[in-house]
Amino acid sequence: MAVVTLRAPLRDRVGGQAKHELPGATVGEVLRELERRFPTVTGWILDEQGRVRPHVNVFVNGERIREDAAVAPDDTLQVLPSISGGYA
Amino acid sequence: MTELLVGTKKGLFVLEGDPSTGEPFAIATRAFAGDVVEYAIRDRRTGRYFAGVTSGFYGPRVMFTDDPAGDWQQGEGPAFPEGSDTSLERVWRIEPGVSEGVLYAGVAPAALFVSADDGEHWELNEPLWKERLAGSWNPGAGGLALHSICTWPGKPDTLAVGVSAAGVWITEDGGESWRTGYAGLVPEYMPEEQRAGTNALCVHNMHRAPLRPERLFMQFHGNVYRSDDEGGSWTSIREGLPSGFGFPLVIDPADPDCAYVVPLVADVDRVTPGGQLRVHRTRDAGATWTALGDGLPSNEAYLTVLRQAFGSSGEGRSQELYVGATSGDVWGSSDAGGHWFAAHERLAPVTSVRVA
Repeated sequence: MAVVTLRAPLRDRVGGQAKHELPGATVGEVLRELERRFPTVTGWILDEQGRVRPHVNVFVNGERIREDAAVAPDDTLQVLPSISGGYA
Repeated sequence: MTELLVGTKKGLFVLEGDPSTGEPFAIATRAFAGDVVEYAIRDRRTGRYFAGVTSGFYGPRVMFTDDPAGDWQQGEGPAFPEGSDTSLERVWRIEPGVSEGVLYAGVAPAALFVSADDGEHWELNEPLWKERLAGSWNPGAGGLALHSICTWPGKPDTLAVGVSAAGVWITEDGGESWRTGYAGLVPEYMPEEQRAGTNALCVHNMHRAPLRPERLFMQFHGNVYRSDDEGGSWTSIREGLPSGFGFPLVIDPADPDCAYVVPLVADVDRVTPGGQLRVHRTRDAGATWTALGDGLPSNEAYLTVLRQAFGSSGEGRSQELYVGATSGDVWGSSDAGGHWFAAHERLAPVTSVRVA
């Protein structure tokens, strides 16, 4: 299974655990499984249409990808806030 | 003691104080640090607090709690149906309904969500959404927003909502069907030959007078209106105001002839006229207006007061009023605007003010 790494505040919303082993063939499927296990992050990474939010970056093995990218069982996913988000 | 919920660009500030003293309020708690809190309200029926919160990274949502200093929970929704190709952008307003457990949420892109369980689950009102899809609604500067929700005391199936910029929509069957309330609204921002029949009607704010519920007051994009026929038609009551432009509006629940507005110069210059913050009140349904400014900034104060940044509690001559500006300042009055005091200074830009 792929390993998803979360930082605060997402990590805080899943009980403080940073790494999560999750099944799924695509980034979207893996992140939907994260939401299923932790409803407290529903809508935080993916919007209701299953798209990665525009100011969230998901990296698979260091490469930035979107929700429809394929995921292999030993891949590592990192979810990070984009520098384009936030407010002045 | 008054508890004030101040939504800002940098979180929710819960202020506490005694307005009769004229002393500044204290910050009791701050929640959602770093996120925009577009709107916050306490449902006085249950004591539950609600906040419309948008993270610049992680999106918008409705949060609720019974203790604003404690943990907040996320409801299920509001969310657009999968496959609709539409995502929630912002929560503009959360309004308690008439029936027990019912709340409404007005959002962008313009849609109405309904909760029947005190805000824990939210469902899209499909009939109004279908009107939106069929009607080519256009956004205003703040986006395509459903921001005003006017319930009717004792008639849970009757509702009027205001949309920027798609005018007034009215239901009398609990949201199963909707009709427009466009008559009399004049979009002066459009060429004269295109005004008739347009749905590009930029409502800025709308409130119902609960003791005479067929009456509504509206702050429009460049005018102030009153309706005496449930929102079906509108009459300008701008005469006597320094400008027809502005965003917030407050009514006196005990006086159906009373409304308060905060005029700004114009759409091309959205600041207080003459460098003075003034709240204008009518007690004769808009025939005349009185400027209220004792204690408000009166010199070189070029302020902007946003749509939801004007709240009240109580009624009549002792009605409490609170107005917040994008300068981060909040002013209050405990005598219906007769005298004002600085409730708090130097918060983040204020997006909403409501009395808990």
